[in-house]
Amino acid sequence: MRELGRRSETRGHPFKRMASSVAPEEMRDAPKVMAAPLALIGKLGRRDEIVAACPAARALGIHVGMAATHARALVSDLDFRVAEPEADAALLDRLALFGIRRWSPVVAVSPPDGIWLDLTGAAHLHGGEARFCQRLHAFCRRAGFTARLAIAETPGAAHALARYGREDIVIIPHGGVLKALSPLPVAALRLEGGALAAARKFGFETIADLLPVARGPLARRLGLATIGRLDQALGGKAEPITPREDVVIPAVERRLLEPIGTAEAIAQVMHDLLKDLAEVLQRRGLGARSLRLCALRIDGGEQVVAIGTSRPTREVPHLLRLLKLRIERIDPGMGLEQFRLLAPHTEPLDAENLGAILAGESTVRDPARLVDVVAGRIGPGAVFRIAPVESYVPERAVRLISPIETTGSWPAWQRPVRLFTRPEPLRRVMALLPDQPPRRFEWRGRSYTVVAGDGPERIHGEWWRRNAEVWAVRDYYRVEDETGGRYWVFRRGDGVAGETGDLSWWMHGVFA
Amino acid sequence: MNPASSHAQMGIDALRAITTPLADFRIMPFGPEALDARLASGGMRAGALHEATALTCSLVDDAAATLFLAGIAAREARLASAPVLWVSCRNDLYAPGLEQAGLGSADVIHAHPSDDAALLGVVEDAVRDGTPAAVFAEASKVSMVATRRLQLAAAEADIPVLLLRRHRGRDRDPLADPSAAWTRWRVASAPSERLGVAGVGRPRWLVELARQRGGEGFSLIVEGCDATGRLAVPAVPRHRTAETAGSVRRAAA
Repeated sequence: MRELGRRSETRGHPFKRMASSVAPEEMRDAPKVMAAPLALIGKLGRRDEIVAACPAARALGIHVGMAATHARALVSDLDFRVAEPEADAALLDRLALFGIRRWSPVVAVSPPDGIWLDLTGAAHLHGGEARFCQRLHAFCRRAGFTARLAIAETPGAAHALARYGREDIVIIPHGGVLKALSPLPVAALRLEGGALAAARKFGFETIADLLPVARGPLARRLGLATIGRLDQALGGKAEPITPREDVVIPAVERRLLEPIGTAEAIAQVMHDLLKDLAEVLQRRGLGARSLRLCALRIDGGEQVVAIGTSRPTREVPHLLRLLKLRIERIDPGMGLEQFRLLAPHTEPLDAENLGAILAGESTVRDPARLVDVVAGRIGPGAVFRIAPVESYVPERAVRLISPIETTGSWPAWQRPVRLFTRPEPLRRVMALLPDQPPRRFEWRGRSYTVVAGDGPERIHGEWWRRNAEVWAVRDYYRVEDETGGRYWVFRRGDGVAGETGDLSWWMHGVFA
Repeated sequence: MNPASSHAQMGIDALRAITTPLADFRIMPFGPEALDARLASGGMRAGALHEATALTCSLVDDAAATLFLAGIAAREARLASAPVLWVSCRNDLYAPGLEQAGLGSADVIHAHPSDDAALLGVVEDAVRDGTPAAVFAEASKVSMVATRRLQLAAAEADIPVLLLRRHRGRDRDPLADPSAAWTRWRVASAPSERLGVAGVGRPRWLVELARQRGGEGFSLIVEGCDATGRLAVPAVPRHRTAETAGSVRRAAA
């Protein structure tokens, strides 16, 4: 087969490719739906490359690593799609999770395209290794995957044989690892790119070439990592598999003999369920951040209520009080016969260090419980703290944060206790320019005579926010009228330069 | 002294002992002697409902009443080292100003219910929870039953509930409604002391105790909260007495 190769592109040796190619048998195995040849394009560095090709496409001469434009030139009606590595990883992860639930408790993903299953002590459950391999292979074919399986004593050997072995299913008996690995290419050892290039330079083709070489010179030539990989594959060095965790949501369930419908009965069931759940959480060292109660009606309808907490907790009375607030949202209909309580969001909750409390230091009471109670009634958005923002503009100096967070404090400038969202205009203001507080003004239809005033406190606009604020200036005065009312008024402009403001007066807040 | 009269005297003492309220509850003293001496049992009861309202419906008096209650809450928060729950349907409160009365942003948790009914529910829940050092609530329409519930809850949890009653109309006194509150206050801002230089002195408030359990009402001019929420009583009385100042303002309003 002749290829239109560019000189910059490395071309595999024709006979080698024949040896490892997967032509006729896989073609037969491939599901028939993939009629049109398909190839995936991914971006490697700055160039688009073929990262995967289906057997039909490979038969047409498309191979992995080929430039995308080259492939398009070769086969014009090839179905090109963009590779999605994240979606692939997610799919692989789901498969691993499935494996934990179906095949073996220790299953890990070996990116980018493999899964490790620890079959130790689990194979006999599936009828022995050979039978398990056949079943797994058939399962994968049904699911639309092309699978290659290898069972060996070490993960490294299985990894190598699954990818570079001759058959789709390879089972290496005890003690056969060395013999099975010897004819495989060096690349089967999961080496880095640099080590691979060095191996090619030094003429190491197969793993068998590495074995007679003294370890010291080999480490100097190919790096210590290569020795490690070789030992891992041959079993000289342990390589534990970190299994994918299968997170089980803590859940408890109660089925009732008779359907219930009253609030008291539902509260009782809630209490029982919470006690059960608290035990489950206690055993696992967890605290609930959210709870979901699913109630099944006798007509088959499901009623779901949920609560959230601001800190992990497994305190039954507290959670019960939060849940009771939701009883009115449950529609019992003809009666509820089954309840299920889940904790979808949990966080670790362990013993706390009491040292500070025992030493007599006073600690601030934890507001989390209070926050939950209030948020359960009026919604989590309506409970907050007000925290400082580093801004001198009064209306920008505050922001709302979560009530659990800690906050700082404001500078000790005199500030009113009530601030108007929008400053209100003053009329008929008598004031001396440039820096005297007003003598009298009219506000909301009443005139005020000022007897004392403090100021000005000059606040410049934040020029980095808007163009209009570049020169803007507000001069704030704290004034007191003759009946004792203290007000916060400001004038736009500094009274000297015209571009700082139009010298209008505004009321912005009231002091006590 | 003949035995009969001494016997009568003992009987009167016994009767007095029965009628005077038992002061076995925690007291929150204001600090200034002039204020505490005129309150029954030498201060405000901690586990009780206390109401305050602005003397007139003007905004400055409302601000004074707000800070008067905020100061009480601030002292209680410092004592209990716990946060204060501030429940209000309004959103014109300015937290930096509140911090200058002793309630820093770390000491306050704000709750913003949608209406007065939800507000009362939140207050009662919070008091029964027992976490906050004090609960400040701001409402306009509170029924007698609701105040009774709040008073009972506060007494049970030993947490002060400070209720700021807002004016509902120009000439409707919020304190005209019946209430089970332990004390009911009217607060207004008063002219500050004129300083020798141009400037505003420490704020002064006209504080009028409209009703208290086991004691008489009074009215007094006090100096506003300092940075720890403490009030003070002006050293030199002004030319006019506090009582006249109060009635003049009321007449003008």
